[in-house]
Amino acid sequence: MWSVALLAVVLAFAVVRPRGLPEATAAVPAAVVALAGGLVPWAAARDELVALGPTVGFLAAILALAHLADAWGVFAFAGAVAARAGRGSPTRLLTVVFAIAASVTAVLSLDATVVLLTPVVFATAAAAGVRARPHVYACTHLANSGSLLLPVSNLTNLIAFGASGLTFLGFAGLMALPWLAVVAVEYEVFRRFFAADLAVPAAPAPAPAVRAPRFALAVLGLTLAGFAAAEPVRVAPAWVAAAGAVVLAVPLVVRAPRADRLRTAGRLFLETNPLFCFFVLGLGVVVLALRRHGLDGLISSLTPARADLLGLLAVAGLAALLANLVNNVPATLVLVPVVAHSPGLVLAALVGVNVGPNLTYVGSLATLLWRRILHARAEPPGTTMFLRLGALTVPACLLAAVAALWAGLRLSTVL
Amino acid sequence: MRVVVWLAEGTWQACVDAAARWATPAATLVLLHVTDPDLAADVHDAYEGLVGRGGRGPDPGAAISEAAARASAALLAAAAARLGRPSTPLRRLGRVEREVVAAAEGADVLVVARDGPVTRLGPHSLGPPTRFVVDHAPCAVLLVWPEAPPPVATIPPPPP
Repeated sequence: MWSVALLAVVLAFAVVRPRGLPEATAAVPAAVVALAGGLVPWAAARDELVALGPTVGFLAAILALAHLADAWGVFAFAGAVAARAGRGSPTRLLTVVFAIAASVTAVLSLDATVVLLTPVVFATAAAAGVRARPHVYACTHLANSGSLLLPVSNLTNLIAFGASGLTFLGFAGLMALPWLAVVAVEYEVFRRFFAADLAVPAAPAPAPAVRAPRFALAVLGLTLAGFAAAEPVRVAPAWVAAAGAVVLAVPLVVRAPRADRLRTAGRLFLETNPLFCFFVLGLGVVVLALRRHGLDGLISSLTPARADLLGLLAVAGLAALLANLVNNVPATLVLVPVVAHSPGLVLAALVGVNVGPNLTYVGSLATLLWRRILHARAEPPGTTMFLRLGALTVPACLLAAVAALWAGLRLSTVL
Repeated sequence: MRVVVWLAEGTWQACVDAAARWATPAATLVLLHVTDPDLAADVHDAYEGLVGRGGRGPDPGAAISEAAARASAALLAAAAARLGRPSTPLRRLGRVEREVVAAAEGADVLVVARDGPVTRLGPHSLGPPTRFVVDHAPCAVLLVWPEAPPPVATIPPPPP
């Protein structure tokens, strides 16, 4: 019971963020309470932290990599590419935005798409004289549903990747089909849902010429290749990401005026969001307390043991439900250990926790309720467009992704 | 005569041209653009949904809100220049169709462009917000095609 209360406090604090305090303010003390109160033995907590450590380091490096890519103009370049390719046609622009958003999410994680790409896409659409709604919603949707492909695409993937026992390429290979299936379903639904917005003719506007940030793109490409290449020689992908971030950061620091170098370096370090890392570690221990006090048993009884089509569907559905109840990171921490015996089921759980959040656009039902209760927005929620869009895409995406995953698993055992 | 010209992305040029052509020289012209804050609010919510990230970084919702304001101002300026005669710009924030109807109160004419798929004659050439405006406008409506209208032959034959 105490562990439920602890998790509730940690999540409520993270959603409400009283006085703008960082989420770790509640998560770390809650973890200490769980330890001191004997809810989690020291040894188990240490194992959990050791298991989560590389994941969190990897996450920090990827967050920094995304912000550095932005500093090098990668996102502005993406906007210019979209503007040139989509000139004069809102539908063509949507197609390009889908390709860019799915790629950015896959390579630089969903945070990069939401925080860095979405404003660029809006500006691109506005400059092209196009109604920006479909393109902006495409970014927020693909930030979740487009994050299936690589272990680095989503924190949930990183957590599960450690537990799945798959290699980087093995993970990507099995998730490629589900990723493509989800992006295709989203695209079809968007084309229909926004048919009126997309049908409005756009007056062709001159697209600005932006030089490709070749150095940054090359470093990103090499980093990506490095993830796969480093594994056989037993170098953790977190080190590859960190190396990529350092290579991008050093010229920025060196180029800054002498007096500003220290400040620039400090700012770049903060982009790794160290407090978020502590939040994840604290959350890991609190969830462990809950798992040791009945939750593992409950989840085990709800999850199928075999990775057949129905089993995959059940796990993905349960994961989507949990992600909408408590948010996808805690949902992953809860689900993955229970299904860790089967890589197929782990990946199905990821399909659920990554695609599911599009249903309640603020991450989870809990978040939604808290916001309604506490913030009591001055105006009633306007359009229910995002909710309708989620209701249309999420079930279809889940089905398509699970079917694709099942096919991929069958193929991989046949081959 | 008071003429309100509703300007929307992609179709505003046709509305400005129609106003320039049909409004009497003595008419006062209001150029109206509405921004729906829901888009920026939804992006802000998606950002807040990234639980644990602290919300300390640049808020993409705020960025979109500012960019939308700049885009609206630019659109109104471009429309005023295209019109080439004195006019009053009017920016409103809110649910687009409601704001347009409210802004048309007391006007003699509201200029509106069709904005659905405009490849054939018929009801689909009005998107849902435009349909609402046409249905609820508290004044006369001048409904224009954003491009040359499709031929009458695009109407399907009557049912037998």
